[in-house]
Amino acid sequence: MTSLLTLSGALMRGYLRDRAALFFTIVFPLIFLFLLGGLLGGAKNPRSNVVLVGPVAVYDGLPAHGKAKVDQVLAITRSHDLHAALADVRNGNEAAAVVQRGTGVVIYDSGASPSSAGAVSSVFQYLVDASNLAAAGGSGGSSPRVSTAGQAPRVALSTSQVDDKSLKEIQYLTPGILGWAIATGATFAAASTLIVWRQRKLMRRLTLSPVSVRSVIGARILVSLGIALAQTVLFVVVAVLAFHLKLSGAWWMAIPLVLAGTLAFLSIGLLAGALTKSVEAASALANLIVIPMAFLSGAFIPINDVPSWVQSISQVLPLRHLNDAVLDVLARGDGPVTVLPQLGVLLGFALVIALIAIRLFRWDDA
Amino acid sequence: MTNAVVAQDLRKTYGELVAVDGVSLDVGAGEFFGLLGPNGAGKTTTLEMIEGLRQPDSGSAKVLGLPSWPRNQKLASRIGVQLQTSAFFERLTAAEQLRAFAKLYRVPVARGEELLELFGLTSRGGTQVERLSGGEAQRLSIACALVHDPEVLFLDEPTAGLDPQARRNLWDLLRATNAAGRTVVLTTHYIEEAEILCDRVAIIDHGRIVECDTPEKLIRKVEAVARITVGAGQLDPDLLRKRFPDAVVTEDETELVIASSDPGPVLAELADHHALRDLTMRGATLEDAFLALTGREYRS
Repeated sequence: MTSLLTLSGALMRGYLRDRAALFFTIVFPLIFLFLLGGLLGGAKNPRSNVVLVGPVAVYDGLPAHGKAKVDQVLAITRSHDLHAALADVRNGNEAAAVVQRGTGVVIYDSGASPSSAGAVSSVFQYLVDASNLAAAGGSGGSSPRVSTAGQAPRVALSTSQVDDKSLKEIQYLTPGILGWAIATGATFAAASTLIVWRQRKLMRRLTLSPVSVRSVIGARILVSLGIALAQTVLFVVVAVLAFHLKLSGAWWMAIPLVLAGTLAFLSIGLLAGALTKSVEAASALANLIVIPMAFLSGAFIPINDVPSWVQSISQVLPLRHLNDAVLDVLARGDGPVTVLPQLGVLLGFALVIALIAIRLFRWDDA
Repeated sequence: MTNAVVAQDLRKTYGELVAVDGVSLDVGAGEFFGLLGPNGAGKTTTLEMIEGLRQPDSGSAKVLGLPSWPRNQKLASRIGVQLQTSAFFERLTAAEQLRAFAKLYRVPVARGEELLELFGLTSRGGTQVERLSGGEAQRLSIACALVHDPEVLFLDEPTAGLDPQARRNLWDLLRATNAAGRTVVLTTHYIEEAEILCDRVAIIDHGRIVECDTPEKLIRKVEAVARITVGAGQLDPDLLRKRFPDAVVTEDETELVIASSDPGPVLAELADHHALRDLTMRGATLEDAFLALTGREYRS
């Protein structure tokens, strides 16, 4: 136990001091998340389309110049058919539909484009606040005012999402990029540890100490699992705070999935390390495996949009199963039991590839 | 004297290459023993089979009375090993390496500080191993091998690639380590190192031990050849060649060298011709012994 902890501590320290490793496993994927999250979120239309269904007092009561200001941000259309308006939101023609029933303002938006939904809700939040302020009768006079008579009950704003099954952008980006980050981290860690320890004979040095081989391998696995967990926590927190990722019920099931995925990627790294002789060659081979795997597994683009033959290929990739399963529990709201098959696939993959790697591995370079 | 190391007819072949071809040796407790030979002679493979890193194709090795293959945990905590490449944890500082090894060998971590001090590395304790100089890294590597106070210390080319000053510093440390009662077995391709440090030296070439004895006896065994050197251009070399047919006479732009087993008459002849400018003479060395034993110039 002491040996395991000592070795894990040594490995962890080494990792934390490796700027390149930190960059590629943590910073780089985060940059990707921000880039893709920002690009996909805001590029379609600088103004968000909003349909106002029936009279909406908080907007209607605005003076002309107030309306003009709102129009700079939102492309407002009017409608009387709530059903049709919600359909438009659902299929993405409109960012949101807004209804005011008495004092309740309801925004129907789509989880598909959180950035435009965010724009709509912040504008209406402002309108509602302003009208409340004016109605409270205080120093009033600010431009948007709402024409409610007499006692001014507060106008309340609520939002309601129309679609929750068709996931887009941040909802699939987070599991995708997270999976890619974990695949990169674990694959490279295993490959380079194997090669560097072989080159430097650290492994041989350790076999001549009272340390068991089990402790050495255990430490490598333990540290990689720790790093993967840290990546997961960081990614989910960033996605929730910066991009309003909504976590669904069984999100905690992502943890065992990530751990099983890490084992699968460690085995790929082990294989890459067993097949190559230098760190450079191992990195190249790991890249050659991880990057296509990320694309084919839907880490950056939704896998449902690609041709079916690509989908069939992707079924053999552990990242595909990790992505699907994490998406299911993190965003789709599936129960913990539904992803057990994927968990099994990941563990089985890890076992099979690790056994192959061990067969191919040679201690001597010559 | 009980033997710390006993190797019997060790053999190892890699494909076509016979790396070690029947090596037997005994190292007494407390002895400083050297395996001397050029690169590729089979020194490292021999040492690794004795340490228990490699399985011999045939033959056997015992250290402290215990067979070294298969790996034995009880033996592991009684021997110290320094490998040819410095086997360190990546990006850990010198002090952290020693602490890690102390924990792995289950000795108090304070022992690490002690060794830093002993090996003159206290000021480098906070430096990551990647930034240590060659000499510092070698000293740290040997310090790591000594962390658990082993009875036998194995060193594989401990001074390879070091500058003369660093090499001399390390020799002092190794001598002190041996003087403290530990058996030391090292490989080296530096003749001088073997001559200065070792109680006994095994000259190894093409995977075989050619001769094994104290450096003094090895030198005495070869027909002693003296090398007499004088400044060039004082005397016709052909004259000397005619006069001393057994001697080897060579001249280049700066010096005239006469290698002879009977230096007296040569010196007299040089004096007769007033050709004594820049005279130097040295007796036989281990290098001459190597030449005589293997039939070829020593090339490290």
